[in-house]
Amino acid sequence: MTDNDAVLSVRDLSVYYGEFRAIKNISLSFQANRVTALIGPSGCGKSTLLRCLNRMNDLVPQARVEGEVVYSQQDIYDPQIDPAQVRLHIGMVFQKPNPFPKSIFDNVAFGLKINGLTNNIDEAVEKSLRSAALWDEVKDRLNENAMTLSGGQQQRLCIARTLAVEPEIILMDEPASALDPIGTLAIESLMRDLTEKYTIVVVTHNMQQAARVSDETAFLMMDEDRAGYLVESGKTDNIFQNPKDERTEAYITGRFG
Amino acid sequence: MIGKHFEEKYDLAPHSRGRRVSRRVKSIIFYLLLLIAISLSLTGLLSLIVEIGREGLPWLSWHFLTEFPSRFAEKAGMKSAIMGTVWVISFTALIIIPVGIGAAFYLEEYAKKNLLSKIIEVNISNLAGVPSIVYGLLGLSVFVYYMGLGRSVLAGALTLSLLVLPVVIVVSREAIRTVPESHKQAAYALGANRFQVVYKVILPQAIAGIMTGTILALSRAIGEAAPMIAISALVYLTFVPTSPLDRFSVMPIQIFNWISRPQDDFRGLAAAGIIVLLITLVIMNALAIYIRNRTQVRLEE
Amino acid sequence: MRNTNLVNDPVTFHLGKRKGSLQEKIVGFIFFLCASVSIVTTIAIIGTLLIQSIPFFQEVGIWEFISGDRWSPILKPRAYGVLPLVFGTSLVAFLSLLVAVPVGLLLAIFLSEYSPKRLRSILKPMLEILAGIPTVVYGYFALTYVTPQLQKIFPDLMVFNALSAGLVMGLMITPMVSSLSEDAMTAVPQSLRNAAYALGATKREVATKVVVPAATSGIVASFLLSFSRAIGETMLVTIAAGATPKMTLNPLESIQTMTAYIVQLALGETPHGSLEYNTIFAVGLLLFIFTLVINLVGHFLVQHWKEAI
Repeated sequence: MTDNDAVLSVRDLSVYYGEFRAIKNISLSFQANRVTALIGPSGCGKSTLLRCLNRMNDLVPQARVEGEVVYSQQDIYDPQIDPAQVRLHIGMVFQKPNPFPKSIFDNVAFGLKINGLTNNIDEAVEKSLRSAALWDEVKDRLNENAMTLSGGQQQRLCIARTLAVEPEIILMDEPASALDPIGTLAIESLMRDLTEKYTIVVVTHNMQQAARVSDETAFLMMDEDRAGYLVESGKTDNIFQNPKDERTEAYITGRFG
Repeated sequence: MIGKHFEEKYDLAPHSRGRRVSRRVKSIIFYLLLLIAISLSLTGLLSLIVEIGREGLPWLSWHFLTEFPSRFAEKAGMKSAIMGTVWVISFTALIIIPVGIGAAFYLEEYAKKNLLSKIIEVNISNLAGVPSIVYGLLGLSVFVYYMGLGRSVLAGALTLSLLVLPVVIVVSREAIRTVPESHKQAAYALGANRFQVVYKVILPQAIAGIMTGTILALSRAIGEAAPMIAISALVYLTFVPTSPLDRFSVMPIQIFNWISRPQDDFRGLAAAGIIVLLITLVIMNALAIYIRNRTQVRLEE
Repeated sequence: MRNTNLVNDPVTFHLGKRKGSLQEKIVGFIFFLCASVSIVTTIAIIGTLLIQSIPFFQEVGIWEFISGDRWSPILKPRAYGVLPLVFGTSLVAFLSLLVAVPVGLLLAIFLSEYSPKRLRSILKPMLEILAGIPTVVYGYFALTYVTPQLQKIFPDLMVFNALSAGLVMGLMITPMVSSLSEDAMTAVPQSLRNAAYALGATKREVATKVVVPAATSGIVASFLLSFSRAIGETMLVTIAAGATPKMTLNPLESIQTMTAYIVQLALGETPHGSLEYNTIFAVGLLLFIFTLVINLVGHFLVQHWKEAI
């Protein structure tokens, strides 16, 4: 893996919650227009790492970050940088669908409105819903409350909401874990389609899912002091079929975790 | 100890029969005590309502609502008190809604968890326990004299605002806390700044709870007599305020005024005034419940 | 690069310009000001009470104030001993606890341990109504209904008396005792109850020997907070308990409480700055200290109990 194609690089990253060190000294790069899966046993810091990539960890009291996260040749933890601007470029989809209790339209338009992008708002909403493969299902009821959608539709709505502000990178934190198999399948195929325009980083518990959707995989584990660290990363095929590290092999074959 | 446990376990053994019976008797007596406590408090409430209805209803009329107070009981009405209450409570609402919501947002969304915010929190819960007459002394000294507002509507409204602000803040904070963390995160992830999260995500969802709490706080303010007497003194007003700097009376002051007169007729007027006051409170509470239920239905949809 | 970012070209990002950062700061500051109103209020209360009562203490002396057994600040011969007002206040407050503690506690036990859901949904609103009735209404009720009824039992009972005021105040603070105690009881873990039932305890034994002891500090706190409320209560005692400062423990007599004295003087439009005017702040200061201390102990107990569970 070369650093040249990387849109986002993590350099020697450690995260603390108060005294507790959640992850330590992780260095990792994410390739443009690829899906990178973060896998590992629960508590290994996958989600923490993900939330560092667009400064969502700023919202956790007492969270502290050491090291660099470089995007567009700039460390996003530079004090000059506005975290809100970072999140505009690096969006996030959460584990549980979390639409606002507003209409479907207003959900997708939310990010546009707060960022003052009110030109052609109807077009932008339609485009986002189409990209999220939801348009055909909701085009006749855009003014209905988003809570009336099914779980899988809600999650695709949340993806559409993220797409609307045209980010470059989309972070997904176990986006299908709260969904039924059909919803999961829809999300997975959507992720494949989105790589045409976007870079995706996804945290997942599900090995098959990681194998199905990702191009790259990074495997994390935790130490005796419960700090997460990177074991290895690389092409998903290599990691799954030919892992260099025996811990990776043990985890993938289901011997622990 | 062990012996005792066995005794209870083998309750059916003949020698423990007396014990078993006594336990049952105790349970029955205790249950009776509980029922007595319930009926005592309900009897209190009931006799209060019946007594006031019996005394006050004969005096209640349209004329009673639209006339000024008078030395003659038959002619007296509570117009100036009703209008005074409307004036004072309106200004109180204008003050507590922005200040209460602002304080609640500060404590929930802006304050760092440090000593200062801890002090503010403890302080608010202590303020809620300060007797209302002490607020009256504060208002008398600071608003009436020091700030030179006189015994005015504004001085009364400011005093009531300080009195009920802790209630508004506590209720607003609860309403803010019901907004799911995931909604705030979603907004932050879309590039919202903190104020946008507060204004576009939290406020729309919390506003119903905040309004419910504010109405309940205002209905408490409507019934407050002690601090209002300290501010307004026992006035006998035959005019309606036309500016926030006018003198005023409020319903509880008028009721107190009538109670303190020796003639029986004025007692009847007081009861009639109490009925008007209580009906006002019932309407406000019903409004608060209506707002709460309506939003609950909407959220469940 | 393939990124077709319509929002911001990456250059904006490089500049790191914060969106609405000034607005953010101003809003945050305004919210902080709102929150600090509570601090300012506390300072103003303490400041007012101190500043206005200092002239009084300079003239009268603190010792005479807190130890004197005669209170007559208006009628000659004047005397400024606050003890009669403290006696009056305590007498009414204790009488009210005599009603509110047993009734409130039993109500709380019933609501938390016994009540079927439907009965509870009737009882709770009833208690909330009791708690929401303005105190001037309770004063009316005590004076025009309860006192005449009591006079049938105690012919010596004066028109204004501590007994009637105390009993009605008991009715008034019962909801406070019951709701705070019920909170403490419902917070007792179900596992404790199950353990007692498994040992063959009856419902009464579970309630009185397991739940109440486990919730003790919360229950005691409810008594304290209600007591403080009774001390600070004003209109009820002004209307029904009288205006005769007296060192007595006889509930059949007319007395005066600290709060009722303040109202009595406020009614008269006492000249601003006179010694009489300042007495109400001295009495107010004492009242404030009493209620503050009791509330602090109460809140401490609540906190303690929350941590214990």
